[in-house]
Amino acid sequence: MIEKALVKRTSKAYWAWIAFLAALFAVGFAAYIYQMVNGFHVTGMSRDISWGMYIGHLTFFVGVAAGGVMIVLPYYLHNVKEFGRITVVGEFLAIPAIIMALLFVVVDIGSPMKLFNVYLYYTPHSMLCWDATVLPIYLILNIVVGYNVLQAENKGVKYGKIVKALAVFSIPFAFSIHIVTAWLYAGLPSRHYFLTAMLPAKFLAGAFATGPALIILICFILNKLTGFDAGKTAIDRLATTVAYAYTATIFMVICEFFTAFYSNVPSHKAALQYLFAGYHGHDQFVPLMMVFLVLVVVTLVIMIPRQTRTNYKLLGFGCAAAFLSMYIEKGLTFVIGGLSETPFGTIAPYHVTVPEVLIIVGIFALGILIASILFKLVVVVKKDMDLGAFPQEDRAALPMKYVAEYNKAHGIVEEVKAPAVEAEADAE
Amino acid sequence: MEMNRRKFLKLGTAAVAGLGVAAASSNPAVAAAVNGSYKESAGKKSDVTWGMVIDMKKMDEATLNKCVEACHKFHNVPNIDSKKDEVKWIWGETFEHLFLDEVHDKMGDKYKDMNFMTICNHCAEPVCVRVCPVKATFMNAQGVVGMDMHRCIGCRNCMAACPYGARSFNYKNPRLYLDEINPSYPTRMKGVVEKCNFCSERLAVGELPLCVEEAGGAIIFGDINDPNSAVSKAIADNFTLQRRTNLGTKPKVYYIV
Amino acid sequence: MKKTNMIIGLVIFAVLVTVPFWSSFVSPANGAAPEVSLDTPAINQMAEPKCVEDVEWMRAHHMDLLNDWKVEVVREGTRVYVAADGTEHLASLQNTCFECHSNYEDFCLKCHTYSNVNPTCWDCHVEPTVVGGAN
Repeated sequence: MIEKALVKRTSKAYWAWIAFLAALFAVGFAAYIYQMVNGFHVTGMSRDISWGMYIGHLTFFVGVAAGGVMIVLPYYLHNVKEFGRITVVGEFLAIPAIIMALLFVVVDIGSPMKLFNVYLYYTPHSMLCWDATVLPIYLILNIVVGYNVLQAENKGVKYGKIVKALAVFSIPFAFSIHIVTAWLYAGLPSRHYFLTAMLPAKFLAGAFATGPALIILICFILNKLTGFDAGKTAIDRLATTVAYAYTATIFMVICEFFTAFYSNVPSHKAALQYLFAGYHGHDQFVPLMMVFLVLVVVTLVIMIPRQTRTNYKLLGFGCAAAFLSMYIEKGLTFVIGGLSETPFGTIAPYHVTVPEVLIIVGIFALGILIASILFKLVVVVKKDMDLGAFPQEDRAALPMKYVAEYNKAHGIVEEVKAPAVEAEADAE
Repeated sequence: MEMNRRKFLKLGTAAVAGLGVAAASSNPAVAAAVNGSYKESAGKKSDVTWGMVIDMKKMDEATLNKCVEACHKFHNVPNIDSKKDEVKWIWGETFEHLFLDEVHDKMGDKYKDMNFMTICNHCAEPVCVRVCPVKATFMNAQGVVGMDMHRCIGCRNCMAACPYGARSFNYKNPRLYLDEINPSYPTRMKGVVEKCNFCSERLAVGELPLCVEEAGGAIIFGDINDPNSAVSKAIADNFTLQRRTNLGTKPKVYYIV
Repeated sequence: MKKTNMIIGLVIFAVLVTVPFWSSFVSPANGAAPEVSLDTPAINQMAEPKCVEDVEWMRAHHMDLLNDWKVEVVREGTRVYVAADGTEHLASLQNTCFECHSNYEDFCLKCHTYSNVNPTCWDCHVEPTVVGGAN
């Protein structure tokens, strides 16, 4: 089936896009080689801020991957049929998102040739170890489920019971990948921006806004490029999900502010002060956080009232604002902000470097490349379905048992016997 | 040939798996055990929990520098002159930084700026050991929190976890920042985390840590579980502080102030 | 026609992929085992040169021994290795092995190059040549 993404209905523009992304990835890879040859001092990380942009991006993209469950869960557990058309988008979004998340771990590891020590010396009391467990499982589940669901659709049949069982099985994993990632931080004493029981809940709420917002954006883009129609009810339902989840996230951000500033405990305030106002003379993130605040207002104003939310022009803006604001809050500033106050009560600044940015761009390019191929596949398969029947050459390629099933489902009486077509092909 | 793709794949998988098993069972690394056995060095004390008291009344700037130099020289700790990438096992830090929960606004500068010897606390409840995904950081039977450099993957989770800033990551190739290499101790490579090991290589053969020897009485070292040891007596008879006791890490380094 | 092409292709592939095996028959000199040197001051002083374990065993298993040492020494803190013949040795690559084998390039490196292995030991453990040659 995968060949459909590569040979069917492809255009020059599609291949140019793929080539462009591959080139960007190559640049990122070169930057990674540079980092490994020279050591991590070419990144912005330091003795004080030992985790930086990479781990921030890991956290954000684990969230994106988990966010897809906001389609998968209603569809498989509550039989929300409107999502049937785009569940595979949710599942396929998780694949590049987790691959990106895993790559952000790999580029952050100082001695990557020893990476598999994580499995060789499995250590359950380490949260990183659980991350290394649930992320690959969730990735495999999404590949298996997404591919099989789409393949069933491609053949005009319903996916099997095992596929559905795996899809349901993947739901707790979607939650667990982000919970485990939150616990990576929430269990560290003395890092007060991290040390809050609120963190897993805030992460999940943020993910359930980010994921669906990105899926809406992807549906819009696919619609623009290929005419793919996700269905109005599906988009509206997703938009509602974004509205609720986003509001809940902002509520939790406000809770963080309240606890820090009403209690007036200095170390609780430090990270928020550093990020939003500047602290001990370091204010490099303040402009970015002002952008975050503006985006929050834009998102809430668009996403909460039904009139604006159902206006698809505005909804596009709302979803983009929701996605970007969470990218700033979780991807760019969460990790660095939390580590900015050193164990000595001082503030350590973080200066992003060029190699670091290039590596991040490279991973983005690879993720978008994988996503482009997968979504191309989705669009082609859906389009074939929308045409009401398979084109003749595709039907000939179906195994006989599916042909019969397909014909029965569509009430088609076969005129040309499939084996005859095969025989012809052989003769050539 | 009656072999379709499915059968071929099945057969192929079975063949590869079979080869794998055969290879594993014939691999000498798996099959061979080491010929000999191990035993403890003569001077090693096993039934102890090592702890340290730093007497700040006796620890002056010169003594501290002597300790730092002896430690860093022996352990091949690179001398990297940048706050961002530096590596250090022992160093001096002001009271204000070291005891940040104890400082108040009106404290005089001469107290705030007192230079304290800073070192890994070898906590009894170490967060670094808890978070390490490969057990590269571990606690040995004598309570020393050690690093197994062979195993460290350089994830730096321990650095984010340590409430004492005791850990350094090799952001640069450390060999380029060593004037002289001590041939009896390994260096590190770039991409691993390191920290003070309480001189466990010396404790294993019945010697005291280097800083203790250099400090000439300003550092008392011994078994904190033995109430009659010099270190226990020093803790009992003096007013001592520990860093950030509110975090539950139970440090084993005490300061007489 | 197709099938013959396929078979020819397969044969070419098989020949190319086995180059490392048959090339050693074509020119045996390339495959000859290297001569490692035992000519170091410490070994020369020994009345009867002897390694920690006997030579045959060391040749086959020195990597296992070092692997075992690194765990026992670093993690367990037991530093004395009692060999099969009862002799005791400090379990240390830098402080025991290199005492005698102070000629890294003529000993370790020669064989490692021949067998195309790149042990990571030397990333951290200081081989004698780095210090300016112990011999």
